[in-house]
Amino acid sequence: MKKKFKDSIFTAVNNPILTGALGKFSEAYKINRAKAYEGIDFEALRQNIADRKAYAATHLDALAAAFKINAEAKGAKVFKANSAEEAVDYILKVAKDNNVKTVVKSKSMASEEIHLNKHLEDMGVSVRETDLGEWIIQLAGQKPSHMVMPAIHMTKEEVSDLFSKEIDERLSNDIPQLVEVARNELRSKFLEADMGISGGNLAVAETGSIVLVSNEGNARMVTMLPKIHIALVGIEKFVEKFEDVIPILTALPRSATAQLLTSYVSIITGATPNTDGTMKDLHIVLMDNKRTEMANDAKFAQAMQCIRCGSCLNVCPIFRLVGGHVFGSTYTGGIGTILTAWFEQLQNSEDIQGLCIQCGNCKEICPGKLDIPEMILEIRRRLVVDKGQSIAQKAIFSVVNNRKMFHAMLRTASIGSKPFTKGNYIRHLPFFLSDLTEGRSLPAIAAVPFRDEFKKIKQPKCSEKIAFYSGCLIDFAYPKMGIDLVKILNRAGYEVVYPQDQTCCGAPARYNGAYEVAANNAVDNIKALLREDVKYVVSACPTCTVALNHEFIGTFESLGQTEHMEDAKKLAAKTIDFSVLAKMLVDEGRIKLKEGQKLGKVTYHDSCHLKRTLKVSEQPREVLIRAGYEIEEMFECDMCCGMGGSYSMKQSQILKIPELQ
Amino acid sequence: MFEKFKIRAEAVGSEVHRFKNRTEALDFITRFLKKEGVSDAPKSYALWADSPFLNGVDRKSMEADIPGLKFDITRQLAADSHVGISEMSYALTDTGSLVADQSAIEDRLVSTLPVIHVAIISTDNILDGKAAVFKKINPGNSGFIAFITGPSRTADIERVLTIGVHGPKRLVIIFVDDMGGSK
Ligand code: SF4
Repeated sequence: MKKKFKDSIFTAVNNPILTGALGKFSEAYKINRAKAYEGIDFEALRQNIADRKAYAATHLDALAAAFKINAEAKGAKVFKANSAEEAVDYILKVAKDNNVKTVVKSKSMASEEIHLNKHLEDMGVSVRETDLGEWIIQLAGQKPSHMVMPAIHMTKEEVSDLFSKEIDERLSNDIPQLVEVARNELRSKFLEADMGISGGNLAVAETGSIVLVSNEGNARMVTMLPKIHIALVGIEKFVEKFEDVIPILTALPRSATAQLLTSYVSIITGATPNTDGTMKDLHIVLMDNKRTEMANDAKFAQAMQCIRCGSCLNVCPIFRLVGGHVFGSTYTGGIGTILTAWFEQLQNSEDIQGLCIQCGNCKEICPGKLDIPEMILEIRRRLVVDKGQSIAQKAIFSVVNNRKMFHAMLRTASIGSKPFTKGNYIRHLPFFLSDLTEGRSLPAIAAVPFRDEFKKIKQPKCSEKIAFYSGCLIDFAYPKMGIDLVKILNRAGYEVVYPQDQTCCGAPARYNGAYEVAANNAVDNIKALLREDVKYVVSACPTCTVALNHEFIGTFESLGQTEHMEDAKKLAAKTIDFSVLAKMLVDEGRIKLKEGQKLGKVTYHDSCHLKRTLKVSEQPREVLIRAGYEIEEMFECDMCCGMGGSYSMKQSQILKIPELQ
Repeated sequence: MFEKFKIRAEAVGSEVHRFKNRTEALDFITRFLKKEGVSDAPKSYALWADSPFLNGVDRKSMEADIPGLKFDITRQLAADSHVGISEMSYALTDTGSLVADQSAIEDRLVSTLPVIHVAIISTDNILDGKAAVFKKINPGNSGFIAFITGPSRTADIERVLTIGVHGPKRLVIIFVDDMGGSK
């Protein structure tokens, strides 16, 4: 990790204004979004959007050609820019040919992507952002931190300072007054400007239309008042048919700002009259800038389905702590990481991809049905292929691939009461376990691991067997959980076997892009766990369960390995989460709970993997209730706990924030 | 339909009125303009964009009755006006939106630059949503299709909702049940 990046995280998480604003917002967002979607079948809607966008992504050239014909028939000039440079050159030429001195812009991420303002200003053109948030950012000389709410990281006090300086008058911190200042200041700019530049939320091939969605009314001004209008549109904005606009217009405002519809939607088709009766000089720049390449990549084609609503940022537990500036690029958050890897270069995503903790929140709410966590893992994998692993990681993973050595290390770590002193080599070795002991109230490595405790347990002989996969955490940090699990299953009439050859589930390696290492872990575990014929393989660690259930297969698929695939599937079919098994056993009457027990109140915190990947959230609650507990739901019971699995290894600064603990 | 629309539109800050016929609507508009202090001075004009609703209306006498009301629209007048009046074609119950072909520059000027936008619409033209209105509109012959949902708004400073940024601060919607000979 580069030092600069580390510092920017530190600054962000220690900025109470930023974390406060983002935290407040993301809490309110979830509730408001749900309300906005009331009465709508979200799954059907997003499937509809994904289908239409996927169609467009596989027909980019045809749609671009049709768009050009249809828009030009209506008097627009359409230019296809293959690269950022071509887009910039074209726009600068139009400005020059028309002797443009002043430009007003409504929001366009594509223009940020190609640093258009700077190019225009270098040519002596004055450029004014007119979206309030963008204008604030422009005055502050910053980059937008969020694709829908560019200035979400700033306070009214900061805005007041900026505006006071701009109009040379001391202003109060009253928000309506500040908005009024923007209205007055920018009004004259709209009226004076020689050229308006906008983005486009959608480009409709069959009609040659661009669709602009806005709340402030600036997009209407920008497209109406200056005689020249340039719309800079990334080709991911294509849809084929006019009717394709309907589902996207249904989802975009709901997902972006929890509105049923924004104040303004403008569908512009060709040149329209200017205020003096002449016709608008309308240029539409269709920008590729690596989008076609992305669309042609099997793993990333789905990124073309993004409608830029920003909701993946709004629900991201990491974004809410660090904000957008840590990302250092135009596009922020999870989707931003992917777009940065493509539109800039893979290397530029190296630091930011590491921010993703694979919690899966974004995948659930994305209206374009993007699997962002999966794409980020693929970026990781490619980075590792490209650059190899860092030396520290290599050392770790070579240890992880050698079970005996790995477990010996963990045992060594438990010796002495303060095992992990700073500067000690071993502190860096047992990856996630090392950071657990730092800044967190979690137990250190247990004196006796579960694998040894297990041998001491006397079990009744039963006809049916279950294999227990403990994972490193239960094995070396929480052996008591394993012991209790054996007792419970014995009571239900199962004998528990504990294959001693089992090893790390490979999640840490996989989440760090080290797929080869993860594959080796998978093979070791498959062999160990399938050796004996058991009814189930039970795991009480959701991260491990996901590994056994899905990821062994996924890892083999990514690497094109087929040798152990069949066994991986066999193992997946047998794997069961402990709370699901417990619920089943209670239902079947194999575990009998005393009726009428009053054991008091507890709350239940959902695990990211259990709830979102395995879709298990009711069973553990039901078992607790049946046992006699009263469940009082906590606020945000499915918010990331801060463990982030192996995430701790790289981003301990973020995980040590109290909010996450 | 009307009630449904009214609930949605008011939820996003629109003001909704309904009248039986054009005469009643004209009456209301006259009173409204006077109450809003429309006068023949910059920042106080009222601009009325041509539309079927105005067919047969005696514009000269209205202009005489309400100083500052103008039917000839220019960019400068629009920038200096307090109220803009235009006709919209459809109202959508699911989002509280108004929809119209605003290719005519006058329609856009009076619904964008003034502080208050008064939108006139026939009660017959309430539809239930986007799917219905997309069947009625056609970009092939409308260069600028506008959806307007409430006044202009922002939440760009500290996520605090503030009404009236660049566009109108008020949207006053006037439904007319019987448009008389104007349709
Ligand atoms: S990836 Fe999905 S959630 Fe994120 S901005 Fe794109 S459409 Fe919205």
